[in-house]
Parts: sequence; structure tokens; C-alpha cells
Amino acid sequence: MTASNEGSRLIDEMKAQSGQDPADCYQCAKCSAACPVTAAMDLLPHQVIRYLQMGLEEELSNSKTPWICASCFTCAARCPRDLDLARMMEGVRLTVLRKREGNKFGPADLTPEQLEKLPQQALVSGFRKYNK
Amino acid sequence: MPRTGVFLCHCGSNIAGTVNIDQTIEASRNFPGVVHVDEYRYLCSEMGQDIIKKAIEDNNLDRVVVGTCSPRMHENTFRKAAAEAGLNPYLLEVANIREHCSWVHKDMEEGTPKAIALLRAAAAKVALNEALEAPKLEVEKRALVIGGGIAGIQAALDIAEAGYPVDIVEREPSIGGRMAQLEKTFPTLDCSACILTPKMVEAAQHPNINLITYAEVEEVNGFVGQFDVKIKQKARYVDPVKCTGCGICWEKCPAKAPSEFEMGLAKRKSIYVPFAQAVPMVPVIDKETCLYFRKGRCQICEKECPPQAIDYEQQDEIIERRYGAIVVATGFDQMDPSIYGEYGYGQHPDILTGLEFERLFNASGPTGGKVVRLSDGKPPKKVVFIQCVGSRDKARGMNYCSKICCMFTAKQAILLKEKLPDAKSYVFYIDVRTAGKGYEEFQRRAAEEYDVAYLRGQVGKIFPEGDHLVVHGVDSLSGKVVDIKADMVVLSAASIARADAPELGRKIGINTDSYNFFNEAHPKLKPVETHTAGIFIAGACQTPKDIPDTVAQASAAAVKAVGLLSKEMLQGEACTAEVDEAECSGCLHCVAVCPYTAIDAKEIEERYGDGTLKRTVAEVNPALCQGCGSCSAICRSGSINQKGFSNEQILAEVDAICLQR
Amino acid sequence: MRYRYFPGCTLKGQAKNMENTTMAAASALGIELVELEEWQCCGAVYPLYEDELISLLSPVRTLAAAEGEPLVSLCAACHHVLKRAQELMQRNEEARDKVTDYLEIEYKGEGRVLHFLEVLRDDLGFDKLAEMIKKPLEGKKVAAYYGCLLLRPSKVMQFDDPENPTIMEDFIKALGAEVVKSPYRTECCGAYLSVTEEGVARDTVAKILQSARNAGAEALITACPLCRYNLENCAADDGKEPVQVYYFSELLAEALGLQYKQLMAEAKERRRVASDSK
Repeated sequence: MTASNEGSRLIDEMKAQSGQDPADCYQCAKCSAACPVTAAMDLLPHQVIRYLQMGLEEELSNSKTPWICASCFTCAARCPRDLDLARMMEGVRLTVLRKREGNKFGPADLTPEQLEKLPQQALVSGFRKYNK
Repeated sequence: MPRTGVFLCHCGSNIAGTVNIDQTIEASRNFPGVVHVDEYRYLCSEMGQDIIKKAIEDNNLDRVVVGTCSPRMHENTFRKAAAEAGLNPYLLEVANIREHCSWVHKDMEEGTPKAIALLRAAAAKVALNEALEAPKLEVEKRALVIGGGIAGIQAALDIAEAGYPVDIVEREPSIGGRMAQLEKTFPTLDCSACILTPKMVEAAQHPNINLITYAEVEEVNGFVGQFDVKIKQKARYVDPVKCTGCGICWEKCPAKAPSEFEMGLAKRKSIYVPFAQAVPMVPVIDKETCLYFRKGRCQICEKECPPQAIDYEQQDEIIERRYGAIVVATGFDQMDPSIYGEYGYGQHPDILTGLEFERLFNASGPTGGKVVRLSDGKPPKKVVFIQCVGSRDKARGMNYCSKICCMFTAKQAILLKEKLPDAKSYVFYIDVRTAGKGYEEFQRRAAEEYDVAYLRGQVGKIFPEGDHLVVHGVDSLSGKVVDIKADMVVLSAASIARADAPELGRKIGINTDSYNFFNEAHPKLKPVETHTAGIFIAGACQTPKDIPDTVAQASAAAVKAVGLLSKEMLQGEACTAEVDEAECSGCLHCVAVCPYTAIDAKEIEERYGDGTLKRTVAEVNPALCQGCGSCSAICRSGSINQKGFSNEQILAEVDAICLQR
Repeated sequence: MRYRYFPGCTLKGQAKNMENTTMAAASALGIELVELEEWQCCGAVYPLYEDELISLLSPVRTLAAAEGEPLVSLCAACHHVLKRAQELMQRNEEARDKVTDYLEIEYKGEGRVLHFLEVLRDDLGFDKLAEMIKKPLEGKKVAAYYGCLLLRPSKVMQFDDPENPTIMEDFIKALGAEVVKSPYRTECCGAYLSVTEEGVARDTVAKILQSARNAGAEALITACPLCRYNLENCAADDGKEPVQVYYFSELLAEALGLQYKQLMAEAKERRRVASDSK
């Protein structure tokens, strides 16, 4: 465990750029109960905030969860602390994507069949979310 | 030239930490009229007061300034000390250098000059102070209790036992309140009715208690010791003297309406008593649903009533009475959880609130005491309780903890297991809060002996699937998603203030907090007092609380009321307004702004040339004036002055602050 | 009633049918949709980090191009991004200055940004719509599928109650069909996860379809091309009669009596291709 209370770049940047402070969360796990895609996650959404509270930056960078989050905003709509978890997830994604060779997904990853059938909207939003 | 003494309090480091005492002392020596300066660590202590008293006597001081905390805290302490040294107490001024200065500044660089300025202003003002006498006021030896729940009943009984007459005004047809709706009480599982009804009866039979049920407070005027109250007695359409409470009328009545007492889960008749043990056992006719009032025919109750107590001609009446003290005990409501769309409350009969579920246990409740699903009448096998529905939720609900839910949920889960040994309860919670005598032990019994599964987490969705309600939640401790096929769901909906609490507060002159609960005068030291002298609060109208706390607070409020009623005379406000009749133009703007109706117009005769001239001027009734200063502020000719806060005194303060720069 | 119309990429491609049916219906209803000239991408996803201003350039350019006239879109994603971008431009002066300076335009967040369903509800009125229906869809059991982007975040989108929306149900009622309410109507379909994590979308879609079918729905309507794609392509074949997925506008055109058969044939063909390729 590498939890630290010392400043973390991810968390400082997240507070500034998302306007969300992980300290506001009291871990009721409403977000995890609301999330429609928890089945594929390795950390539940409330655990992501807990990791943020504990400064577990590296563990978060390696987690699958932020990439499973589809930004459906259900968590934010129901959070009793008025936190926008979708913005916090975006913060974790961006710290990875903004690194050199941080892209998670590109045109080369698509099959010809997908290219033909997927609505244009899916391709553009997929690239926007997983590629910088 | 006055002989003024200035005394500075360190208040430990509260003041001395941000105000340089030495510099302030030195600066104070140079204020006009100051002949003596001193300082002490805690001026409010007996030692500190002695310093002031001795200095007054030794130095022949005729004015005193203390630089301390807010006058709200200790003005009386210091005035009393001054009086003991033979000085008129109104010749002492408080400079608030704590709340107004040291607490709001970060360092001495800002704090010290500010403290000096405030003291200079106080010294300039005190030079113009005059000796004042507070008037003596009579006390009406009767109390009013608003609200007839357990808080109101307890407060009324205590006041009555002390020997004073007390009226209980209750909005519903019967006293009893929320506690009457409960089946059992935690943590002892006493039957709620068994412990409440004797108190209801005692209140009704007490020679000093007068019940005014089905009535509301309309208007409150006056002040401590002499509140003039108008109470609207709603028409019952039943003569309470003739009525024997036999019940034939509501048995025969053909019209129905949802029962408020049963939270809408059952019907009552249009002529009804809310519940079987109602006090008084006198029904009322609900005009909205009564066939006679709606369509002009029926009158079955009138025909059937053996003592002929039905009276369709009855009218609302206004009762006017004077009271010395008022206890407000108007209770709480349960939040409507239907805004939480994910829980589906209101869309499925098996999703209930805590108070609704409570009624299912009651032998005279909507299911005759059988705990069954309202959808199909079958006993539930799995019941899911969800905590904090609307509590601790700053986004969609209330930011506070409702305090009673953890405990009533444990109670209901235990009762369920006792009624239906095959049933299994699940409780989704954020934190279990069980501070209270025997509470933690009780909640642990639910988990350990009654097989109640506590899941730390919340619920994201509830939806019907076949015969069941699927509850989709999360247990945060294991990090697992949980799907429970439940038969019933119980939502611990937040306890909230009555919607009309702010309106009642305005009528009686007490204020509410941001949640509409009534404000106490001090969160620790004056928990039952309000900012209005003579008005006290008790029970869940102040903040959510359980029965033991409510009863304790009600008794506390009663003691405060009795303390007031037991006084022969009250000291009134010395700093009242006075009119300079020579200057007054008779515009009477002051009459319009006075919140205490203390100002009237008066005709005076003046000599004018050879004859006399009649003209109108304002006149202040010092018994009614509370010294708020509104009249003085609005007076165009400056002819109303408030004693102790005259225009000259205030300008002297302003000058002292402005001219030093 | 005149509106500027922003189609977005998918409406000219995979979701051509939503545009065609909407255009036909709009003209039958007296609603004029004037397509923006030289429009470009809406931005696809709304940037959730304050410094991602670059992603706002394209939606703000679009918003400004409407020149203060009400701007209507059909695709839920386009509407979501445009509406939120507009709200940010109104709320955050610093972001607005940066974006508009870069674009060298004047824009202060004015004008209404509407989804076509809002035009039907708020400007035309569902009562009026019901009067204009020529072939009511009597007996057809239709469930609404809202998805995420129209509803959330509700403070910004102001589309409907995010937990208990009614606009699509009221729309279905206006068409004369029977409303079926399914508990999963506001849950996410999996969105672009079908590109990277198809398994996740299969799970979410299975729940949505199953819950609609359990509620007795024959058809599901959506306003989002990606929802529709997922609902059709990520659905497991369990041998039961599938719940048919339509754009809301397709049923609207049908109820207005416009090219009914041709539209149905096209829809059937699309489903055949989809199931063949599984």
C-alpha cells in the first residue's frame, strides 16, 4: 500500500479541473449502486473515489474502471454529496491519456466490419474519449 | 466631564491572541474623559467583576466601558457588577472586541487598531449615557402550549403540576401527535399507546389543563408576560358537551376519505375521530367529503346521534386569551420520497415509508396488525430497509441526519421477525448511528439475534419483476453488487419541519433555520429558549429527535415557562423610544413600522398666539416598546429617540471612529 | 414555427432514416427546419475537464452559427453537447472569452437549444400533435427508451425529470399508441463501449430489452443513433420475438400517415442485415 496524505498531482489537478473534491465523499456507494456497468469494473465507482482520497494514483492509473465508465452521469445525478463522479473519472482517464503514448484506442483497433456498421457518432466519441 | 473607566478582557487568548492588550491599554488612556484603565484575563469571572467594582469605588467612576465579548453574552453580568458598586447599570457600555474584532481578524496588525476604534466609540457614547430605570411588568399567570403531541402534553402536564393553568392548542381533532401513530418504542419495545394514552387522559382530566383541539393559533401580539393570542377554533359540527363519543355517527356515515392518521393507507369516515383512543372522544365532520355539506342531503349522523349532538350550523370561532408564556411543540413531518425516482415510491403499493410500515404492525391499523404486502395481502419473506432517504443528502434532500431512522429501522426489523419468524430483513445504511442509552445494544441485538442483515451501501434502483421488487444495491464493505428479490421495501424518509412552520414562526415572532426548524436561542446553553423572551420550544419542531429527548426538552421548556410565570413582576425594556412632542410633525410613519404596535397617535393642545391649537403627535407605550429602534430610524424630523441609543450617542460613536484617522 | 436545424454526422449516415422521417413529419406539422450551412461536428462528447477548451470550439461555432434563432437537433448526443456547451458559455465568462477569442466570433450563450421532442412538447404541444395524427397507432404497445444524454445532468439539460421522465410517454400517447413503462428506460445502453468493450454493452442492452419485453412492449423508441445501434446489434438472440427498435420520428411519420410502408420495409431490412451479420 502506497497510500499517502502528501500532495498528489493527479488529485490537485483533478480538484482544479473538475471542480470536484474527493474529500466531499462519505462513501455511501450510491454511485456504485447506480452505475449500470459495474459488472466489468475492477474497482467500483465509490472505490475510485476512496482511492483518490487515499492518493493511490498509480493503482488508479492501472485500473480498468475509468475506461469502462461510459459517462452516463447516473452517479452524478444521484450523489447525495452533489459530486460529479463522471468528471472525476474523466480526470483519471486524462492523466493517462495525456502521457506520451497514453492513447488507449485508435482507428487501427477497429475491424472493417465495425467501421462499416458503427454509427459515426460512436467512432467520433470513442476516439474523443480514448485518444488524445 | 465624565469620569470613565475602561476595562479590557483578554478572554484567554480569544481576544489577546489577535489584539495587542498593552497597545490598546495605552491608547485607551487618551480617550476623552477616561480616568482609569485596567485589564484582566477573564473579566467575566468573579475576580474580574471585583476589579471593576473596586475601581468604580476607588476612583469615583461615573461611566464604565468594558472591552469584551458580545453584549449578548455578558452585558447583564457587567451591568449587575456596576449596580453592585452603586452605579446605574445603564452607564456601562460594552465594546464587542471579540465577535466583532479578534475573531474576525487574523493578526494583531488588523485586530489592535480595530479594538482601539471600537473602545474609543464606546467611550464617546458612554459619556452621553443617562441613568435609566427598567419598567416593571405584570405577568399573566397562564401558559399556552401549541401542539398536542408528546412534547406538548408533557410540557402542559409539568406546567399544570406547578400550579399554573395551561391551554393546549392542537390542530388535529385529537391530541397524541406522531407518538400515537407508533406501535412500539425503542429501545425497550414499550407499546407506544400503552405509555402515551395515560398521559393523554391525564392531560384531559387535569384541572389546570384546557384542551383546545381542532384549533390553530391565528395571531399573537404583546410580549413576555402578556401575550395576546387569537386562536381559531374550527367548527367540529358536533357539540362536544352533548356528544358521548358512542361512535354511532361514524359507524353509519356513508362517505369516506383517506385517513391522515393511517398515512392514507386506510379510509376513515367523513365524520370521524382519528384513532380509537382519541382525546377528546368527540368526532369532527370533514366538510370537504361530507355528503350533506357537498350535496345538501344525507344527514344520517344527525338522525342517528342519540344525544342529538350534530350541529351543521356551527361556525369557526375566535378565542382571545392572554398568556404569560408560550411553548411551541408543533412536531415534524415525514418527507415525501417520491422525488427519488429510482426507488419508485408511490408507484408500487409494497414500497412504503417507515411511518407507513409502522402502521401495519398496529392492531387497529390498515391491516388489523397483520404485516402483509398491500399488493396481495401476503406476508413478506424479504423486506429491504433503505436508510438516509432524503437525509444527509445535500443534492436532493436535507443535509442533516434525521437521527431516529437507524433506531426505528432496527425496531421494525425486530418486530417483523417476532411477527413473521420466516421473514428476513436487509438494511442498506451509510453509517449506523445509535448514540443513546441502550441504543447500541438494541441495534446489535437486531443484527445478532434477529438475523437482520446490515449492508453498508446504498440502493441504485428498485423495480418490480413478477411478484417481487428487485432491489439493486451495493455493499461497499465487500465491494459487491447486491440484487435482492424483495417482497417489500421500507424507505427511511427524512424527518422534516412542518411546511407551515415559518408561517407560524412569523405569527408568533420566532425564527426558523434554513430547514424551517425553529431556532433555539443558543445551541448549547439556551436549547429551549427562543430569541423572543417568553416563547420556548420543545420536541421535533426544533430538529429531529426521539421520544426521550423530546420529553426531556418538553420538561425543560415547562420549567422555563414556570420560572417566568412564578415571577411577581418582570423587568421590562429600559431602552424604549420616546417622542419629543415639540419636534414631532405627526406624520406617523413610526406607527406603520413599529412591529410591536407600541406607537399610537395622540392629540395635543398647544398655546398658539392668543389661542390654542390642536395637533397630532406620536406617543410610545413604554410597556409595549421592545427598543428595536425602527421608529427612531424612520423618523424624518429626528424627534423619536431611543433611550440608550439616541441619535446623539450613535453620532458620537461614528465621530469617534471616523475622526481618529 | 421556424428553427435552425443541426443534423450532425450520424444523421447523414447511419441514422439517415431519423432525419428523413423527421423532415417529412416536420413539414406535415408546419414546423420549418432550416439546416445550418457548412455545419461541422458537434464535438461528440462534452469535455468534462475545465481545460479541455479545444473540444468546445466546434459546438460553440455551431451555436453561434444559429445566430440567436432556436437551434434544433435530433441526435441525443449532439443535443447534449450543444446544450451543455451553451450553458458553459453562459456561466463561465473566462472559458467563453477564450473560446470566442480563438474562434474570432461574438457569442454570449444566447438562443434556445432544443431537441426536436421539446419542440413537439413545448412549442407545438402534444395535444395539438394528437389532433394532427392521421393514423393513430392504436393497440401498439410502445416503450420509451430515454438513455442518458437527453436527461442528465438535469440541471443543465432541463429536458425532463431525470428519474421519472414523461415526455416520450406523452409523445407515444399523442401518437395513439399504448404506453408501456419499463424500469430500465433511463439506464445507459453502454454508449461507445460497444466500440471498445462490446461485452459491457451486451449486458446493459440485455437488461434494457428484457425489462421492456417483460413490461409487455412490442416496440421501443429512442432519439439516439448510438442507443439504437447498441439495442439492435448488441442484443443476444434468445429465440424470442425481438422488441423492435425505432427512432421516435419513424413512429411519428407513420402516425402522420407518411410513406408508412416504405419506412417499415427499410426498418425490416436493416434488422435483417443486423441479425445476419451476428
